[in-house]
Amino acid sequence: MPSLKELVKRESRFVSGHRLCGGCGAGIVMRLVLLAIDKPVIASCATGCVEVATTIFPYSAWKIPWVHSAFENSASTISGVEAAYRVFKREGKIDKEIVFVAFGGDGGTHDIGLQALSGAAERNHNVLYVCYNNQAYMNTGIQRSGATPKYAHTTTSPVGKVIPGKIQWQKNLVEIMVAHGIPYAATSIPGRWNDLVSKVEKAVKIEGFKYIEVLSPCRLGWPHEPELTLEISRLAVETCIWPLYEVVEGKYRLTYKPKEKKPVIEWFKLQGRFRHLLLPENAHLLEEIQKEVDRRWEELLKKCES
Amino acid sequence: MGIKVVKTGNEAFAEGMRQINPDVVAAYPITPQTEIVQIFSQFVADGRVKTEFIQVESEHSAMSACIGASCAGARAMTGTSSQGLAYMWEMLYIASGLRLPIIMAVVNRALSSPINIHCDHSDTFGARDSGWIQIYSENVQETYDNLIQGVRIAEHPEVRLPCMIMTDGFILSHCLETMEMLTDEEVREFVGEPPERGNLIKAVVENKPITIGALDLQDYYFEHKRQQAEGMKNALKVIPEVGKEFGDKFGRYYGMVENYKLDDADIGVVVIGSTAGTAKEAVDKLRSRGIKAGLLKIRVFRPLPVVDIKESLKNLKVVGVMDRVEGMNAFCGPLYSEICACLYELEKRPILTNFVYGLGGRDVKVEDIELIFNELLRVLEKGVKEYTLKYIGVRE
Repeated sequence: MPSLKELVKRESRFVSGHRLCGGCGAGIVMRLVLLAIDKPVIASCATGCVEVATTIFPYSAWKIPWVHSAFENSASTISGVEAAYRVFKREGKIDKEIVFVAFGGDGGTHDIGLQALSGAAERNHNVLYVCYNNQAYMNTGIQRSGATPKYAHTTTSPVGKVIPGKIQWQKNLVEIMVAHGIPYAATSIPGRWNDLVSKVEKAVKIEGFKYIEVLSPCRLGWPHEPELTLEISRLAVETCIWPLYEVVEGKYRLTYKPKEKKPVIEWFKLQGRFRHLLLPENAHLLEEIQKEVDRRWEELLKKCES
Repeated sequence: MGIKVVKTGNEAFAEGMRQINPDVVAAYPITPQTEIVQIFSQFVADGRVKTEFIQVESEHSAMSACIGASCAGARAMTGTSSQGLAYMWEMLYIASGLRLPIIMAVVNRALSSPINIHCDHSDTFGARDSGWIQIYSENVQETYDNLIQGVRIAEHPEVRLPCMIMTDGFILSHCLETMEMLTDEEVREFVGEPPERGNLIKAVVENKPITIGALDLQDYYFEHKRQQAEGMKNALKVIPEVGKEFGDKFGRYYGMVENYKLDDADIGVVVIGSTAGTAKEAVDKLRSRGIKAGLLKIRVFRPLPVVDIKESLKNLKVVGVMDRVEGMNAFCGPLYSEICACLYELEKRPILTNFVYGLGGRDVKVEDIELIFNELLRVLEKGVKEYTLKYIGVRE
């Protein structure tokens, strides 16, 4: 893996001038993913924050060939690109190695794009899919998604007098992807650059479909102070809400273990969407989440040990 | 030269695809198109094509993968019917908006609900404003010929639009007909190598990154749509050129429309697809009784051949427009509206009536067309019509 010094010397292929918010996690994710790959890249991107903020015609923040077609089909669009490459390669029309990356937010990946993602994974295209998961439909103004955590306030799962935010658990898409039998699946965060870079580096060397889901703090939607983006992503790991692990050919490995597991409230108290959970009358909700986070963490540890 | 063979519409499509030998095919099975996917899969399995065949999980992904492939510079093809086309809807507009010359074989089938697997034109007529070129076929021969010409039309640098080629579900897709197949070399020479256009793979080779599918706001969207409209306009010129070149080479000439015994006709029908064959039969019968009947077959519905339609119908007295789709506008079928619009600027216009027929595969016989002509004769005698729309062959 390159050192940070070496990494910053590489030419950035996701460049300034885009209109993502100050403190947006997704921009950091895009830049790190591309920095981690030392080959030509072609990327597809789902409709969403990253797409609308980085390609306002006639400008583009991408110094790679890049394509966006719709919301739910980043995976099937890149499938077509990769298939075209395979035939051109076979025909001797191109000899360069190209890495194919698909980007999508949690809406475009967990919800509306799940079918296309599943199909591309099942067909095992030689593609790295990176989901920047900011846990809601942030581009349309903070609506709940299948990835929104339980009891989070969003504009379509508002905290009200009788309902305390989103009442369902978020889906665990990494496990769904593991169940597809793909050769590589992992979680990551922008706050540990070396974790993300090493996982991307590792993934692109593997033939077949790879899936990395990166927790991407959203200062407007969560909301949090913009300077806390990286710290909040790290706190999600320290509280075991967002464990860092990878699954290579079905084998689980924890890639980072917190020295001291922090209570979930440490993560919640920095974000407006969980403000109501800090009220004394909602202590039981907080406890419910802590219990479930503990259970999932233990379950993951067992998988990693076996 | 070609050889005489006996093929179904689906076989003709699949054979045509094999001969075109596209880089990428992404397709999903649906009745009555399924056979195309099956036959083509076997061509892939036997190594008879160079094609990367993506067995997608849905039609939405079929079109998405074709879009990805086409953005990468590939010649990409797919095929579908009915619900499958409906499921692609969103992507149809993106394929045309990105100016991708994707070719799609469509086997026409009624749209649900009620669910039905048989022929009408509700599926592709719904897609008439999607920016795709639409070419309809009367028989298996035309199905095959149109597919091959479609490649040249779509890829023409002044057009650069996706193209759908239609054949009538079951009536043509599953019926054996004698047809002439070209040799593989003839087809490959005719379609040639696709003209070069900017694409993702080329961008890697030349190390010149491109962004495709950018966000286009108030300041640019309109200009890009205007350019797209120009591509469709250019297709009006390119389609007959390609049809003539095809005719010069292989003996079968194609224009935007086909006139059948229209020159001296008083009455005539306007028809699309396989019913044209049945209706020609009816015209012949009427002619044998001394009635000056004729027929206008719309081969190309998008772009709309306004000049040809005006020219063909201007001297008629009464015209019946046959829609194999119900417009659900409490007025008339969609083909009727468009024919009306074409003729409106004529100083002397024929009286127009509309007949909706054959929905959900309801059989259309020569007698049904004769019934339509009898209706037209009545209008001719009276000099005035009593209704705008009549349903043919329905129980009510």
